[in-house]
Amino acid sequence: MALNQFCLVCGGTGCESRHSDAVYKNLKSAAEELGVGNQVQVVKTGCFGFCEKGPIVKILPDESFYVGVKPEDAHQIMAEHLVKGLPVEHLLHKTHGHHSGWGEYASQLYQKQVRIVLRNCGIIDPEDVQEYISRDGYAGLEKALFEMSPTEVIAEVKASGLRGRGGAGFPTGLKWENTRKTVSDQRYVICNADEGDPGAYMDRSTLEGDPHSVLEAMTIAGYAMGASQGFIYIRAEYPLAIHRLEVAMQQSREMGLLGKDILGSGFDFAIEIRLGAGAFVCGEETALMQSIEGNRGMPQPKPPYPSESGLWGKPTAINNVETLANIPVILLKGSAWFASIGTPTSKGTKVFALTGKINNSGLVEVPMGTTLREIVYDIGGGIRGGKAFKAVQSGGPSGGVLPAQFLDTPIDYESLTKVGSMMGSGGLIVLDEDDCIVDVVKFYLDFSVEESCGKCAPCRIGGRKLLNLLTKITKGKGTRADIETMRQIGFAMQRASLCMLGGTTPNPILSTLKYFENEYLEHIDHQHCPAGKCKDLITYSVLASKCIGCTVCARKCPVNCISGERKSAHFIDPAKCIKCGACYEACKFEAILVS
Amino acid sequence: MSASVLDKVAEPEFSPHLTQFIKDWKDKPGSLIMILHQLQQQFGYLPRAAILKLSREINLPLAKIYGVVTFYHYFKLTKPGRNNIQVCMGTACYLKGGEDLLQELENMLGIGVNQVTEDGEFSIESVRCVGCCGLAPVAVCGTVFGKLVPEKLPEILGKLKAGGEQP
Repeated sequence: MALNQFCLVCGGTGCESRHSDAVYKNLKSAAEELGVGNQVQVVKTGCFGFCEKGPIVKILPDESFYVGVKPEDAHQIMAEHLVKGLPVEHLLHKTHGHHSGWGEYASQLYQKQVRIVLRNCGIIDPEDVQEYISRDGYAGLEKALFEMSPTEVIAEVKASGLRGRGGAGFPTGLKWENTRKTVSDQRYVICNADEGDPGAYMDRSTLEGDPHSVLEAMTIAGYAMGASQGFIYIRAEYPLAIHRLEVAMQQSREMGLLGKDILGSGFDFAIEIRLGAGAFVCGEETALMQSIEGNRGMPQPKPPYPSESGLWGKPTAINNVETLANIPVILLKGSAWFASIGTPTSKGTKVFALTGKINNSGLVEVPMGTTLREIVYDIGGGIRGGKAFKAVQSGGPSGGVLPAQFLDTPIDYESLTKVGSMMGSGGLIVLDEDDCIVDVVKFYLDFSVEESCGKCAPCRIGGRKLLNLLTKITKGKGTRADIETMRQIGFAMQRASLCMLGGTTPNPILSTLKYFENEYLEHIDHQHCPAGKCKDLITYSVLASKCIGCTVCARKCPVNCISGERKSAHFIDPAKCIKCGACYEACKFEAILVS
Repeated sequence: MSASVLDKVAEPEFSPHLTQFIKDWKDKPGSLIMILHQLQQQFGYLPRAAILKLSREINLPLAKIYGVVTFYHYFKLTKPGRNNIQVCMGTACYLKGGEDLLQELENMLGIGVNQVTEDGEFSIESVRCVGCCGLAPVAVCGTVFGKLVPEKLPEILGKLKAGGEQP
């Protein structure tokens, strides 16, 4: 009997860390054991995007959708669903209390999504090149090599309006053209997979779910620019993505899709993986090239731009993973098709890693021009626990924080910059009423200061000064003059820093001073943290009128600072309290007061 | 560096895999970071003696290697505990209580970040985004512990200490 059912198991990092690999293996062995190994194909795919509810198993063709599957559930799914056709009720995903198949769930989540970059994630087995090819994989490369001249490829990419997805939004075609124009015996293509923004994992999911799309794009880029060598610079912290890239490179070499004389066209292109080593600044292109050269990853002044003098002094084009993943589709479907998606200045789609205080954390890909509201409420399912929306942070440590009034801002490069944030690489972090803006900004500053390479003074000294001022404010010791000082330092850093890390470090402060200055002033004037986050500004006490003396809080307290007899009101010793909030979490009678 | 200091340090053994890797890569431009990754993989960190040996083998000044090693967070100069617990401090984890996990771990083990317990069992590391934001907050030690709350830490530490079997 032929294969007629498919069992797709998510092999993304979120699901793998919850043992989806064991689910996959158990499903396979169950299929053999039940004698249906030749009818049911078990496939490990890339990320489905619903990391919140993993591990995820999807059954085709009936599109049933199982969530939170444990390894021990595998046998039951195989025996009941795939052999007898009876869905395993308790594992099916539920919407509003009733079971819903993939179709219904997907229609809710996908209604606003357009998947170009993630076209294969969650659909193909990333470790099988045949599956990539069966979905038009390497057809874009074939078209480029045999039907187009290098300059035609560049013209096509230019016409598509594709801009860099790493954050800055530089037109990709122009970058390629500049690199091609520089006379040299060697040119390089670099894929920047040093995804360091905390809270962002778009590139990781793309590489894990569809590594060939990046290899194909790099080869096309090499052909267009006249480069024969490519490098993928990837974080060492992404072992699964590295493994899948290595498998993919091996397979494409064997099939003549990479290496010497690709597809018999006479064009040679090799790719080598180079590992990062945990330095955020290496996402900056000149620092990245220093790192590939084996040096400390310190940025270099521009100009000269990498397109003129890059890696080992040769013209180099550096593209982000997501940018590259668009390329094969653009060549295949044409620039006009791509340019029809999005807004006048920002074409195509953008992948976001939606996290924070949101119901459906996960990866989403939406057309440029989609509003933040659609992402947060329609796709993300709104704020967790019915709390109030406070703000959304985009662009990571280089970006800004946008309050509710900008929820209807269409997402594109220009409009996000206009309201004081930036596209960034694609982290979208949702904050609710319990999050303190000053505390969140301090978190980002802490990150940027730690990651500063120390080469230029504005970043090294300015960042530290800003962090000190913020710390002072969160301790209730700030003054109104500090705010003006922070603005001045911020403006100086934006103008005088050597690279974009320093230039964007003050962004979280400057954008929040625009929209949340009151929250800073509340900390300064009244030594009060409205969200109750800044530990130096809050005290915990027991409301005697509500406390029934159940002793739960006293037992939960890690430092034994709560005293009181059973059935009588308890007391928190403020001198010993470490403000961990364990009592507040534990009390069922709302008798713990945070003030 | 005087020869007498070098003489006192026992020269560490490089595994055949590592030796081969160094041979394959040493003449490629910009190979230092790739080689350091392999070195750290063998020893779990970068022992001083191993770096001294590497410096001679690939003919790079010690100062250059030291400069690179200290620039990147990933490279460690001290030996981590048998169980190195990495607490994610990416944004999603931070917002959902990553710092509370870190503090609780520090209290329980009596050590700070980047320190090792006296018995060499545990060390704590604060890392930036391990990319499992859907599971926030997370800690990693062999496997990923997602949606973690401080109350679960004693159990996890107990199991880690008990042996190789991951809970």
